Amino acid sequence: MSGGYLTIRNLSAVLRDTGERVLRSVDIDLQPGTIRGLVGESGAGKSMIGKAVLGVLPKALKVVEGEILIDGQDLLKLKDADRRRLIGASTALIPQDPLTALNPSHRIGPQITNRLVDILGWTRRAAEVRALEVLEEVQIADAARVMRQYPHELSGGMRQRILIASAFAAEPKLIIADEPTTALDVTVQKQILKLISNLQARHGTALLFVTHDLGVVAKICDSLSVLYGGKVVEDTDVASFFNGPHHAYGRALLAATPRHTDPDASLLPVPDDVIAAVRAELGEADRQWVRHD
Amino acid sequence: MPILRVVLSRFLTTLITLIGVAIIVFVVVRVVPGNPIAMMLPPGASTADIERLSALYGLDKSIFEQFTIWFGNVLQGDFGTSISTRQPVLDLVLGRLPATLELSLMALIIAVILGMGAAIIGTRYRGRRTETGVDLANGIGLSVPDFLWGLLLIILLGVVWPLFPISGRVSPRLDLPFSTQFYLIESIFRLRFDLTGNLLRHMFMPALALALPLAAIIAQLLKQSLKETVNLDYAVLARTKGYSETRVILSEALPNALLPTLTLIGVQFTFLIGGTVIIERLFSYEGLGNMAVDAVINRDLPLIQGIVILFALIFTAINLLVDMTYAFLNPRLRHA
Ligand SMILES: Nc1ncnc2c1ncn2[C@@H]1O[C@H](COP(=O)(O)OP(=O)(O)O)[C@@H](O)[C@H]1O
Ligand SMILES: [Mg+2]
Repeated sequence: MSGGYLTIRNLSAVLRDTGERVLRSVDIDLQPGTIRGLVGESGAGKSMIGKAVLGVLPKALKVVEGEILIDGQDLLKLKDADRRRLIGASTALIPQDPLTALNPSHRIGPQITNRLVDILGWTRRAAEVRALEVLEEVQIADAARVMRQYPHELSGGMRQRILIASAFAAEPKLIIADEPTTALDVTVQKQILKLISNLQARHGTALLFVTHDLGVVAKICDSLSVLYGGKVVEDTDVASFFNGPHHAYGRALLAATPRHTDPDASLLPVPDDVIAAVRAELGEADRQWVRHD
Repeated sequence: MPILRVVLSRFLTTLITLIGVAIIVFVVVRVVPGNPIAMMLPPGASTADIERLSALYGLDKSIFEQFTIWFGNVLQGDFGTSISTRQPVLDLVLGRLPATLELSLMALIIAVILGMGAAIIGTRYRGRRTETGVDLANGIGLSVPDFLWGLLLIILLGVVWPLFPISGRVSPRLDLPFSTQFYLIESIFRLRFDLTGNLLRHMFMPALALALPLAAIIAQLLKQSLKETVNLDYAVLARTKGYSETRVILSEALPNALLPTLTLIGVQFTFLIGGTVIIERLFSYEGLGNMAVDAVINRDLPLIQGIVILFALIFTAINLLVDMTYAFLNPRLRHA
């Protein structure tokens, strides 16, 4: 399993204060043009993996070992400015909460074009033409007018469409979507999901799709990583996962997932004995890790 | 039409504020001891003389009568005659106002530049020694009042290293070609940069003394507000696009963090203008504040009243300006 567009190898991150591991020797491989689901309960470390790749880990966390390769280049070995440029040019984020991810002081247009102009060196004119194009791609009517509006004038669904458009605008090879539908109305969730997977297919983007909804994984993903306590406990393709996960936690997760009706019921309850077993596994991994260190 | 209603209600509150201020100052200057008429006459003047002069200035009438006459005149733009100089109060006050406006605005500009600069640098290097340095400087700026800064500056930059003149608005021997009292502005328009330089050198220390406490307040609030804003989702998203930390602070965080600071600057600026009374005295700067002190010493009641009313007008104007700027800068209000 190598040669992916994004390859994370043996990535561990700890809390600076306590030294507690938040990411435990994570391995993830994402092939070009495919979608990998990153699944796990709340607090499992899904967002932190995305943030580590994007170089925006909270100050409280520190990467202590591992590699994050984008197109073969290890981000962690690059100088800050070089890493930022590489990320800005190759990777985009579709954030979780469309209500807080747009800057309330700026109009929509510049928030889409700013990366193209400031980071990638496009002319303003070309960037605006491109912004109109992607806004139409995410089915926003009257795109020219929307570009002159402020975020507060638009609905949550609209704003998420704009953020999706903005993510695809620079034709990134990699997109990280961090629970992009969780904050939306159930009725809008389906449309947004469809939109993302359509755009992904059309642009051939590698997509790391963070979710706690196995139903979504079944629908759009090619492969998935199941995360518990910052450790990848299952790494497989979607078909074999739904045909029978290898790991007890994965099996329990699948059994606990309702037939995709109530999105909030999503994960859990996973039986206590399974949880206890996974915890024991984590503890064992930590002991070995410390000794190894 | 909401705009019209806002303007109307603003106008009414302004009027009520002014009436309130007028009443208070009118009563206070008459209750405190000291007879302005006695101070005008040579020692040993007869009681008859005093009474005659009192009648001339209307000081023999009841306070209520005096007030209605005076306020009625004020509303028609007549602020009366100064007792000590016998010139129209309005002319005196308007003659001095430009000097104070130039000084206060210069102080405001210095405070905003220093305060914003410190806040941005402190945020950029947060959690490091630089931030501790900024915090320390803020602490000092906040705990030393403007007149003490004035004294310190006079000692340091006026006496020990005499880099700046310690008194006056402009060097006394200079020929001034000005037709308004806005010397600084006019010197620029007349391209008399020699005079501009002279005026700026005189203005530097009093303006800095007024500015330092305000700069510290701005720095403290803005830094706190910036530090919260740089962790918000949209700032993080900008970082993932490849923006440097400095760019994130300046173009993503600052426009949003500035709004709460702006209100504070408005309120604090009125305090700063109040501070000109002492600072102008300290630096013998010929502005309204200095004139106010003279007026009080001379018990020049009409002049005191005129100056206070003018200050009150300036304060309400500043508040109005801040509200308008706030509405303009905040897209949510702009489109409401
Ligand atoms: N800013 C932070 N400071 C300290 N710990 C954090 C911070 N953000 C996240 N964590 C820790 O990292 C773990 C993983 O969080 P996260 O990746 O956000 O979970 P999720 O899988 O729900 O996205 C959490 O258990 C949390 O304790
Ligand atoms: Mg998360």
